Amino acid sequence: MSVITIDQASRWYGNVVAVNGISMTVRPGVTGLLGPNGAGKTTLIALMSGFVAPSAGTVTLDGEPIWRHTDAYRTIGLVPERELSFGYLTGRQFVLANAELHGLADPGAAAERALEVVEMTEPAGRRIGTYSKGMRQRVKLASALVHDPSVLLLDEPFNGVDPRQRLHLMSLLRRMGAEGRTVLFSSHILEEVEQVARQIEVMVSGRHAASGDFGQIRRLMTDRPVQYVVVGDDDRALAGALIAEPSVVAVALRRAGGVDVSVSDFGAFTVRLPQVARQHGIRILELTPTDESLESVFAYLVGG
Amino acid sequence: MNPTILRLSAQALLGRRRGVVLVLIPAVLLVLAVVVQALTDDAVGYDAVLHLGFTLALPLVALLAATAVLGPEVDDGSIVYLLSKPVSRHVIAASKYVVAWAATVVLGALPLLVAGLVLDTSDPRQAIAWGVGGAVAGTAYTALFLGLAAFTRHAVVIGLLFALLWEGVLGNVLDGIRWVAIGAWGREVATEISSKVPAQGIGLGYAVVAAALVTCGSLWFTGDRLRSFTLRGDE
Repeated sequence: MSVITIDQASRWYGNVVAVNGISMTVRPGVTGLLGPNGAGKTTLIALMSGFVAPSAGTVTLDGEPIWRHTDAYRTIGLVPERELSFGYLTGRQFVLANAELHGLADPGAAAERALEVVEMTEPAGRRIGTYSKGMRQRVKLASALVHDPSVLLLDEPFNGVDPRQRLHLMSLLRRMGAEGRTVLFSSHILEEVEQVARQIEVMVSGRHAASGDFGQIRRLMTDRPVQYVVVGDDDRALAGALIAEPSVVAVALRRAGGVDVSVSDFGAFTVRLPQVARQHGIRILELTPTDESLESVFAYLVGG
Repeated sequence: MNPTILRLSAQALLGRRRGVVLVLIPAVLLVLAVVVQALTDDAVGYDAVLHLGFTLALPLVALLAATAVLGPEVDDGSIVYLLSKPVSRHVIAASKYVVAWAATVVLGALPLLVAGLVLDTSDPRQAIAWGVGGAVAGTAYTALFLGLAAFTRHAVVIGLLFALLWEGVLGNVLDGIRWVAIGAWGREVATEISSKVPAQGIGLGYAVVAAALVTCGSLWFTGDRLRSFTLRGDE
């Protein structure tokens, strides 16, 4: 059982702050690190894996600082976002080299076991240069698993992996978390994170925006003011009816037709809209959320 | 020394285009030696070819070998796969150095000896002197360039400027540079073996100690840089 503790850690490069005063504790089980691209997830994982020194604060593994602590890699398995540039090696040679570097007693057997776990035994004889993105991703995972680490850090592990392999990888991560390993992976896709992780940490613009189980995060993300455009066959009547609803905070008629609606309670609005339309005999022709991009969700989380 | 890193570094050295260039440099030198030998009288072009080999081919081979075993991995960040292991960073540096050093001796220093023999078969002692001097200089060059590759992404450019400007042009113009020029240390060792190699006047002891200090210091520096290797995100 290993615990990573980040205490008020910041990292800046010149004037750019990549990670800003983050404190979190990563415990056994699966933790999802969620955030849009450029949020600082890669830097945070680099801090946790000893490949970036904190400019301020501390990052420790079981009480020991990770930076410049070579022995920490007996405990940590890292799957970086970086591409494998060892194109001249076969998958098997690469995983075997990783096993040897860990000084394992039987590196050959460990390499085969790791390749089996990621279902790469069959193509392992081919050169990495010939692999698809998903295969390279799995070989990277095999190389991180080869020494049976109690901490597994993965940076965007599902990128470029086909749907079937994605499910397999997800169940693998869940299993490793259930075994008591400390697993942390980053992603910019909420659905991906909540399928695997119980605990979710949200990062936006280098800051720790939210923390909790996936239910809490999901509620935070959905219980926020949402903008919709509703087009009906009688927009003025529709606007009048909607402003009477407690879940609606503002309406405005659009010049081109339709009504801009600001909704404070997303759940209640979705239930009430069809009822209101029926009561007033209005036919709804179109319903479009206007700010559903993940960035706006994250921006809300930071602001709120 | 770590056998896995030795193997991976050797594969990195031979498996890329740089490997071809590494072989081309001594090949050109040897062809030049053969041509000069065929077209000129006894030992007329000897000095010209050996000086060219010593001041240009040797540091170039050391630079290419040292940067090939470390540079690309540091540049693209894939060295993180080697560094996320409980292996001493100084062992990693030393293992990579051994591979680059072997390449420098075989493709940089040995061709000096062979070229010397081609140009003047009657004086093997002078050829050996150039070869040994080349090996001493190559030992320090390789370590210095390895440290450079661990320090900056522009190791090849800076290494070239160092070899061409500092050791080459300035070394010829400013006499005092011989005290701090790796090439001069190697020549001093060569002079000790054959007096036909022009003496540098810095003393054998100084030359050997200076070369050893630069080698050990650069290796320690390389290991320390690897220990502090920072992975830059794309963000």
